[in-house]
Amino acid sequence: MSGFDKKIDRFLEVFINSGGYKRVLEGLENTLIISIVGLLIGILIGTLIATVRVVPKYKRLPRVLNAICTFYVELFRGTPMVVQLLIFYYVLLPLLGIKMTGVEVSIWVFGLNSGAYISEIMRSGIQSVDPGQMEAGRAVGLSFATTMRLIVIPQAIKNILPTLGNEFIALIKETSVVSFVGAADLYVAFNYIGSNSYEFMVPYLVMAIIYIVLVLLISLMIRLMEIQFAKSDRRK
Amino acid sequence: MDKEIMIDVKGLRKSFGEQDVLTGIDVQIKKGDIVCVIGPSGSGKSTFLRCLNCMEDPTGGQIFFDGVDLADMKVDINEHRRHMGMVFQHFNLFNNKTVIENIMLAPVQTKSEEYRKKHKSLFVPAGEKKKIVKEAREKAIELLKRIGLEDKADVYPSTLSGGQKQRVAIVRSLAMDPKVILFDEPTSALDPEMVGEVLDLMKDLANSGMTMIVVTHEMGFAREVANRVIFIADGKILEEAPPEEFFAAPKNPRLKEFLSKVL
Repeated sequence: MSGFDKKIDRFLEVFINSGGYKRVLEGLENTLIISIVGLLIGILIGTLIATVRVVPKYKRLPRVLNAICTFYVELFRGTPMVVQLLIFYYVLLPLLGIKMTGVEVSIWVFGLNSGAYISEIMRSGIQSVDPGQMEAGRAVGLSFATTMRLIVIPQAIKNILPTLGNEFIALIKETSVVSFVGAADLYVAFNYIGSNSYEFMVPYLVMAIIYIVLVLLISLMIRLMEIQFAKSDRRK
Repeated sequence: MDKEIMIDVKGLRKSFGEQDVLTGIDVQIKKGDIVCVIGPSGSGKSTFLRCLNCMEDPTGGQIFFDGVDLADMKVDINEHRRHMGMVFQHFNLFNNKTVIENIMLAPVQTKSEEYRKKHKSLFVPAGEKKKIVKEAREKAIELLKRIGLEDKADVYPSTLSGGQKQRVAIVRSLAMDPKVILFDEPTSALDPEMVGEVLDLMKDLANSGMTMIVVTHEMGFAREVANRVIFIADGKILEEAPPEEFFAAPKNPRLKEFLSKVL
């Protein structure tokens, strides 16, 4: 295994002495920012869309909004994230004359994309809440929106927490495509180390380990949140 | 002098798709009335009750509540529902709120909204909000004391028994100072030993002069507390009479048959 030792030495050389760790930290930061802010934007958009989709559709406005939301969801679920990134970065933004960095574009695309998925998760969450909760809110004179915001959605989020965790994990892993628009994520950092040490085995292994650790940490966080929610349910 | 009419239902109809559930209901509820609605299951009595506060939108007819037609889709129904409490068969306490939050929620939201409307502002200043919350909390504690559950103020509904849940649900509707409370089979989902505590609270309310419309299978309660009993079957009111007459001398053959089965 002396060959492997040498590979590790070369990796450490670039990682420590040539400032590779700085790039890794920067990549980690970007990966986390893109996935976390993207997730938050996604939850916001997803909740709005899910709400529009469960509004009773007697009138025209909810029907029109519903059609727009359906279109949006199908559009973003129907194309790969990479394609969306490329279209935003190389087509939409230049056409609109907006300047954005790769990271900024990635945040928005991740948010819009996960919004489409989260809207479906959220819709099933909303539908899992007893309709009596909405009725009780309406019966005391609260509006549909207020009841949704204060009563139904908090319970829906509790129900979909594990699935939301999955979405977060998927986002973290999918950040590995943002280099297509010039954002420096973990992949870019380790690729840099690889190219500079002429050795890719160790950098890519370390990268995989970092992804796994990130995902394990998220799983743990979600588990803790679930326990917390379950506790508050039965608090004496 | 006659008591003032609070709810005046004229020709109320309700269909779900092809199915006609209510086929023309006319009834007047006066202030202070305790009206019990009985009938076989599937007769439309719950639908009737749910139409009164437009939980189900009526297909036809009019529901005048203090002179305003609630069946008119242009009416701000939220505004009027604040004056009509509703108690459900399955309690429907807000699961994500503690007992006291359940009771305070609607008053706090309503008062905040009124403040925003009055001052044309987007949010309520912290001081004002504090005052609203404090008032609502005091009222909620008072209500909880009335039902002997003040020690349960900070627990979540999942820890309460069915009877406790329904009593909390009743005082939740009281927190809005409603003019009338609609009860939709309030004891049907309860274990037998808990029916009594809920009926006692309802009797207490009746004695305090609250106007109540109660869809129920509790014939004893109807006989003892109601001042009028309505029999609904096939989407129509087939008989309407004071309880003594209703139970002792029923006229309608369907009612005779129904009473012979349940009494």
